[in-house]
Amino acid sequence: MKVVVDMNKCQDHGQCVFAAPDVFRLDDNGRLAYVSDPDDALLDEVEEAADVCPLQAIRIEA
Amino acid sequence: MSARIVVAGASMAGLRAAEQLRAAGWTGTITLIGDEPHMPYNRPPLSKEVLAGKAPFESLAFRPRASVSDVEWRLGTKAVAARLSDRIVELDDGEALSYDGLVIATGMRPRRLNCPGPRAGRHTVRTLDDAQGLREALTRPGARVVVVGGGFIGCEVAATAVGLGVAEVTVVDPLPLPMVGPLGELLGRALLKRHEERGVRFVLGAGVAGFEGEEHVTGVVLADGTVLPADVVVESVGSLSNVEWLDGNGLDLSDGVLTDELLRVGGRPEVVAVGDIARFPNARYDGVPRRVEHWCIPTDTAKHAAKALVAHLTGGGTEFGPFAPLPTFWSDQHEFRLQSFGAPALGRDDVRVLDGDLDGDVVAGYHSAGRLVGVVALGGHAAASAAARYRAELLKQPVPTAQGTH
Repeated sequence: MKVVVDMNKCQDHGQCVFAAPDVFRLDDNGRLAYVSDPDDALLDEVEEAADVCPLQAIRIEA
Repeated sequence: MSARIVVAGASMAGLRAAEQLRAAGWTGTITLIGDEPHMPYNRPPLSKEVLAGKAPFESLAFRPRASVSDVEWRLGTKAVAARLSDRIVELDDGEALSYDGLVIATGMRPRRLNCPGPRAGRHTVRTLDDAQGLREALTRPGARVVVVGGGFIGCEVAATAVGLGVAEVTVVDPLPLPMVGPLGELLGRALLKRHEERGVRFVLGAGVAGFEGEEHVTGVVLADGTVLPADVVVESVGSLSNVEWLDGNGLDLSDGVLTDELLRVGGRPEVVAVGDIARFPNARYDGVPRRVEHWCIPTDTAKHAAKALVAHLTGGGTEFGPFAPLPTFWSDQHEFRLQSFGAPALGRDDVRVLDGDLDGDVVAGYHSAGRLVGVVALGGHAAASAAARYRAELLKQPVPTAQGTH
């Protein structure tokens, strides 16, 4: 699976970090960092992360 | 004909319900009914980025999951009545839709001020069309803006208006502080100070008696007779539940739609309610049914309700835990953010500064019977990150039973 975050939309809310900590994290400056090609086994939590993003900035590609 | 679930309401809650019905294994027909002509879109930017002219509609539209590519969208159509005992929903175009399962997701509409004076020039912010109309009014040169209601929407609109360069922005509220309901006094006062420093005027402890003007508003008349000159009035005075179409079915519609702990309605396992219309008990707190108008709730309720509904319709069990979401909300105003975890409103009488100080980045803790029940950060990223550290503690607490706390 491929994960794409629209960094023009992202406002570093960090809700994705709670939903999918294996894929998303906030760095020391509070900015989002993420794994762009996570294992397919993580699909559920990545979908959850995409759902809870207040800016709807996360896209999942099969 | 295959079995059908009708989802009444095609905004965020309706979309999330459809997606979660599929995720829960529903392979039958799903029909969504929505009164707006638009596909579901994200509303928080309406009072901020859309008003500021930074977000076009395309950027607001939700991207539905592939699993709902086959659902039927009936947009520009409204549910006007329901006969739950016959499992029928009636639409405004005269059609009667029969269903096997029903999801109630018709949400809220803005409450309007019911006082004398012209209507033109008075705005609400609920839909994309509302926000676009308000943006046009705010960007006319020399606009004088009065925002009635100092809650989430009112504070955000006032901040956005100042950011657009509007010289005169005044917030009127009968309460003594902005957002005092969700935040309590300590942060309400800090919020007031920050708004005033950035040019928003406040008239607090004041009610609105009427509007001046012939065709179009020229002023807002306060209860004490004072007149605030205004070309643009924003009414952000709360919302009303869209429940009228459910009348006559013996439901408790006194404040939204009352549900049980599985989001089921009226003792009917084939009917559930989701989103901000659902008045549900949260097992994490006191079990008292409440409506929660936070952005996270449509997704949380949809997930739980879909499981319960699909389990009923397909003969599966309902052995999943009680509904106990950890609420969260945020609000962006000027260059700062409010970020909340938990239920601060339940701990407003015992608020303590946990991190930082009230003039900078601050995290406040809200306590009930000595227990931390919510945190709110006010400030920049550092405050939000600090608040997030308390989230784990709020989640870890055992979910109390309904009779265990008050």
